[in-house]
Amino acid sequence: MTDDINKRIMPEREADNRIKDFEEVALGISTEQAVAEAKRCIQCKKPFCVKGCPVEIDIPAFILEIAKGNFDAAAKKLKEKNALPAICGRVCPQEDQCEKVCILGKKGTPIRIGYLERFAADWERTQKTGDQRPETRDRPPDAPKMAVVGSGPAGLTCASELARKGYAVSLFESLHLPGGVLSYGIPEFRLPKEIVRLEVEYIQSLGVDLQLDVLVGKTITIQQLFDEGYKSVFLGAGAGLPRFMRVPGENLKGVYSANEFLVRVNLMKGYKFPEYMTPVKIGKKVAVIGAGNVAMDAARCSLRLGADEVTIVYRRTEKEMPARIEEIERAKEEGIKFVLLNAPTEVFGDENGWVKEMECLKMELGEPDSSGRRRPVPIEGSEYKIQVDTIIVAIGQTPNPLIPHADPRIKTEKWGGVIVDDKGMSSIPGVFSGGDLVRGAATVISAMGDGKQAAIAMDAWVNSPK
Amino acid sequence: MPKLLHKEKLADNITLIKVAAPRIAKNAQPGQFVVLRVSDKGERVPLTIAETDPAKGEVTIIFQKVGATTKVLDTMKVGDELVNLLGPLGAPAHIKKLGTVVVIGGGVGIAEILPAIKAYRAVGNKVITIIGARCTDLLILKDKIEKESDELHIITDDGSCGRKGFVSDILKEMIEGNVKMDLVFAVGPVPMMEVISNITKPLNLKTIVSLNPIMLDATGMCGVCRVIVGGHTKFGCVDGPEFDGHLVDFVDLKNRLSTYKTEEKQAEEHVCKILGVKI
Ligand code: FES
Repeated sequence: MTDDINKRIMPEREADNRIKDFEEVALGISTEQAVAEAKRCIQCKKPFCVKGCPVEIDIPAFILEIAKGNFDAAAKKLKEKNALPAICGRVCPQEDQCEKVCILGKKGTPIRIGYLERFAADWERTQKTGDQRPETRDRPPDAPKMAVVGSGPAGLTCASELARKGYAVSLFESLHLPGGVLSYGIPEFRLPKEIVRLEVEYIQSLGVDLQLDVLVGKTITIQQLFDEGYKSVFLGAGAGLPRFMRVPGENLKGVYSANEFLVRVNLMKGYKFPEYMTPVKIGKKVAVIGAGNVAMDAARCSLRLGADEVTIVYRRTEKEMPARIEEIERAKEEGIKFVLLNAPTEVFGDENGWVKEMECLKMELGEPDSSGRRRPVPIEGSEYKIQVDTIIVAIGQTPNPLIPHADPRIKTEKWGGVIVDDKGMSSIPGVFSGGDLVRGAATVISAMGDGKQAAIAMDAWVNSPK
Repeated sequence: MPKLLHKEKLADNITLIKVAAPRIAKNAQPGQFVVLRVSDKGERVPLTIAETDPAKGEVTIIFQKVGATTKVLDTMKVGDELVNLLGPLGAPAHIKKLGTVVVIGGGVGIAEILPAIKAYRAVGNKVITIIGARCTDLLILKDKIEKESDELHIITDDGSCGRKGFVSDILKEMIEGNVKMDLVFAVGPVPMMEVISNITKPLNLKTIVSLNPIMLDATGMCGVCRVIVGGHTKFGCVDGPEFDGHLVDFVDLKNRLSTYKTEEKQAEEHVCKILGVKI
């Protein structure tokens, strides 16, 4: 019964209805559901789930509070280890982390830890009255300064951990809103931006000084940060560099990188154009290339922008799709088509330079490649054309090269990842890194785990004799 | 939020502003630009940095009213604040002493040539400036450009300021007249930069163009600014804005720039209605 883990018990909006707007799809479980689910937890003495959590939330403890009806205490427990519970409760792949190792999953359904996390965080946000910000703390005026670069999941976590350790933390963000991928990448219907705003606000309440519109490497260099008195720097700039297919016609009008498309939709609110001044154009027939979470997000946004037909084109099979199963299911429910074992080879335009057709090549699965997944092999002579007027390329992102370019002392892997030691320190002493900038595109929670570990290592580094 | 410290009208459509932005002022180099927003719902618009004063922490921007954002920007007063200002962005220009540099600005480009003229001259080049504009586009700006250039040629497509014709006419005459030139720097409408590059290419006369592809984040994250240079995809916001004019695929650039033509008009109409200004 192992696939029970993927059964969704959380109430959600009907597909027909939800594709008409950008409002949240999953609605959260009821109090009764939460308490009942929490009571199923057998409170293991040596809980595996905690080991499965990159930020080591005391999972049995917060679940116990829910079981007892102490929702406020449950939220508090969560926030001891995780400053972003309402976000994690929505976008973490719990099925691959804590829930995967839950002992109850061996014989039946594991505890829906993610649902409970979301429940407790949402409860605190919507139900709690009185003092919402108990954590604000006084810091000695001479607290050492720490710089955190990038306000995505890694940076937010690192900043909050450092603030809790008593440092004066500056958090630098290049865009005009904080949150990194949480703001520009993940759509409103999966993660409402109001929730991001409130969790960032919570981190600011810990004393973190958020500075928007600062592109480290350009606005201020790493060296200048040290010159300004910062003792240590964390780089969490993410995997922002979009990968393109490198096929002819990719520059035609109507071909987006997923990043461009999602930034227009999520960050710039292009779906409210012209009230919001940045436009986004969507055709009638949309092809999204790739099958990760980003591809599902792009496909589902396309539907909501009014596309008639949206197709995911992927060169492997459903089994290899990197997206979360629940997101694939939701995409299917909403009417997204899947064309598997297909790879685009060329894009053709009309006389005005707009995309008109895409040529695809059929594939079959061959031997496993380095990722362990069976490699797609082209079937010769199988080319055919499909009609499309928008193409969204969602075949991955690589680490943002801007900071290593700006400071060549930072060593990187060939594919762009910043090289760090086992403490997360880069090739510049005192400069740490983590999240997608080190790993390439990974998950929100692994980035948070990195941010947390880096904060511990930075604290130790600052206090070590040099 | 960055405050407007100074505002000056240089011509009918061209305005100079000084903004408080100490970090940008400290690190900016010639050729770089900023991205700004004028409202919470605004678009991110790239504008060339005209000048900086690191001691005072000031950044000077000269802009032409050509779209929704610049129209709003032009209504702002000293003391008002920009919603966002990010920079310095893009790769710094390679300014070297080469001998004679011809700086050509046309249309939207004339607001941007002043920093280039100054930078090339500062390292000891002789700078010959050619501008293509209507008289009303020039006014005070003309004096500033004249003061900084060794030689200035003005040409207008309607003959409103003396000679009638195109900037390329003057360049061709200079070539025919065997004027010694070591570098051409051109900024303006894409067809103009294309024509200039096509003239200088057979002569192997090095030509730098400053491109204005559509931008969004302007930090290398979205790829909307991609341009083909020498057969390779480059990002205008990080690899540019300056590129070798002989290698740029102008056809591709023109096509991509036309993506949001209709929407750009719509946005402009929208803000103009709100502001009560006429288009
Ligand atoms: S503007 Fe987004 S990458 Fe250049």
